[in-house]
Amino acid sequence: MKYIKLLPAIFITTLLPIAAIAAENENIWNNILKSEFFAKQALEESDKVIELETPVRAEDPALVPIKITSKINQTKEHYIKKILVLVDNNPFPYVGEFEFTPESGKADIAIRIRVNTNSYIRAVAQMNDDTLTMAKKFVKASGGCSAPADPNTDETMSRLGKMKFRLDDKVKVGEPNLAQLLISHPNTTGMQMDQVTRFIKKSHFVKQVKVSFNDKPILTAKTDIAISSDPNFRFYFVPEKAGELKAEIIDTSCETPTSRKVCTQGNTYTETFKIQP
Amino acid sequence: MRILSLFALIIIAAQATASTALPVKEVTTGVYVHFGKHQFPDSKNHGEIANLGFIVGQKCVAVIDSGGNPQQGLALKQAIIETTQTPICYVINTHVHPDHIYGNNAFKAAGVKFVGHHKLASAMTTRGSYYLDKAAEQLDTKLTTADLILPDIEVKDSLKLDLGERVLTLKAHPTAHTDNDLSIYDEKTNTMWLSDLLFTEHLPTLDGNLKGWLSEIAKLEKQAFSYVIPGHGDLVTDWPQSIQAEKHYLTLLLTEIRAAIKKGKYLEDAVKTVGYSEKNNWALFDEYHRKNVTTAFAQLEWEDDYPADKK
Repeated sequence: MKYIKLLPAIFITTLLPIAAIAAENENIWNNILKSEFFAKQALEESDKVIELETPVRAEDPALVPIKITSKINQTKEHYIKKILVLVDNNPFPYVGEFEFTPESGKADIAIRIRVNTNSYIRAVAQMNDDTLTMAKKFVKASGGCSAPADPNTDETMSRLGKMKFRLDDKVKVGEPNLAQLLISHPNTTGMQMDQVTRFIKKSHFVKQVKVSFNDKPILTAKTDIAISSDPNFRFYFVPEKAGELKAEIIDTSCETPTSRKVCTQGNTYTETFKIQP
Repeated sequence: MRILSLFALIIIAAQATASTALPVKEVTTGVYVHFGKHQFPDSKNHGEIANLGFIVGQKCVAVIDSGGNPQQGLALKQAIIETTQTPICYVINTHVHPDHIYGNNAFKAAGVKFVGHHKLASAMTTRGSYYLDKAAEQLDTKLTTADLILPDIEVKDSLKLDLGERVLTLKAHPTAHTDNDLSIYDEKTNTMWLSDLLFTEHLPTLDGNLKGWLSEIAKLEKQAFSYVIPGHGDLVTDWPQSIQAEKHYLTLLLTEIRAAIKKGKYLEDAVKTVGYSEKNNWALFDEYHRKNVTTAFAQLEWEDDYPADKK
């Protein structure tokens, strides 16, 4: 899977009449995204493997909670390897891809994303045998006065890279347990302007998230600018005994919002959490 | 015949340029307000929903918010022309939201200065292209970058504007309703134009910082004003009584979201449970409440990391 070339998408979104964008069409998926990400691969559209939950309307375009629930258990023989998330009509449709292991227990993932306009959101699950299943939902854009940019960037910057885990008080051995990882990061899109200099800022976003339990990977994610500021992930893991949950994130800064050709690697941040069942 | 047709031409020309004046009310000496309707901005009202107006001094008129689209800006300008011969010197934008700034272009002229919070230009530019797209899609209004006029004068902390025998005090607030809220105080009539720092009847909309807004309300309610003009809602003459409903709603958001976070609830749960006791007290609750909870929730998730900040 490679990053999509964005230029065609931009041309299409700007050239199509507004009514066409507002309607529930799948032109961008059919004409661009499908071949960019899944060229010549069979892809079944169904809710049999994963289900995608989204709000009907993006109440806050900067922060739309979405949840992917898996319908199958993660076993060594049969498991979801990866889930790719796309927002068709975003300036940069790639939201991220999330890799799971049998140790994840359940390949569920809940995230918060930016949704610029009326659009289909898609989640494509890839099994360990590489079969592909897609779930999709149409989300209406928010009306009113808000915008996908976040007004509290100064506050977020002051705690840049800070992370915390949240779990239920009682952790159960040998069963999937739900964990939440909160990351403080502005996840700047590169379309926002610096308050002081008035120059459009470079993008500055979390590009990789790795969560492990006792050094075994649970969740590995590649993420991009469509993830909301202060990224928030919910996922499962199966502890066999006491141990340590560890999150490691890497951020990056790219020259333009819609190309990933010229980027500078940023910092690595880590956080650990003791699990005592 | 020739004279008649020339006359007809003049009339047609006049009709083409002059808009119908926006209805305004003189709420106190020299303070004129157009009161908006409590509606969601859409393709029928074209974003004409906010309170707008102007204050007249001996030498200058200051426009306060210009309208929800360029035509409303022209109608407001016509109302000013029909009210006074005093020239317009300032157009003050109280914050970045479209219902308050989309009439700016109607006032662009030599001698007119645009005034805003020091973060307004940045907010306008950041949101500009997104807003312009949405104007066509959601308001059925055609806007170009020419309609987004950045301030010539930026208010860092506070600024006095002399309109002639009348001095306005502009104050740039810390992040509250938005990160670029500006209030205008007219000492002559003890009138405070709070714009969207105050909503009455219309549900307050949070696009800034919940705790920041509550802290501004705490400061404002200690002051005594004869008249207060909200961004949405009627003229207030019983200050600070009229801000209690907004304060109650925002405080309820704070309390109930904190409790939800403490109980390990997620954003999606909070959006369905928090604050619904207020549902029947406000217009446009269904349109804005979930967005308010979303914005506030994301802010309050991190407050425990700053115990000193928690109050």
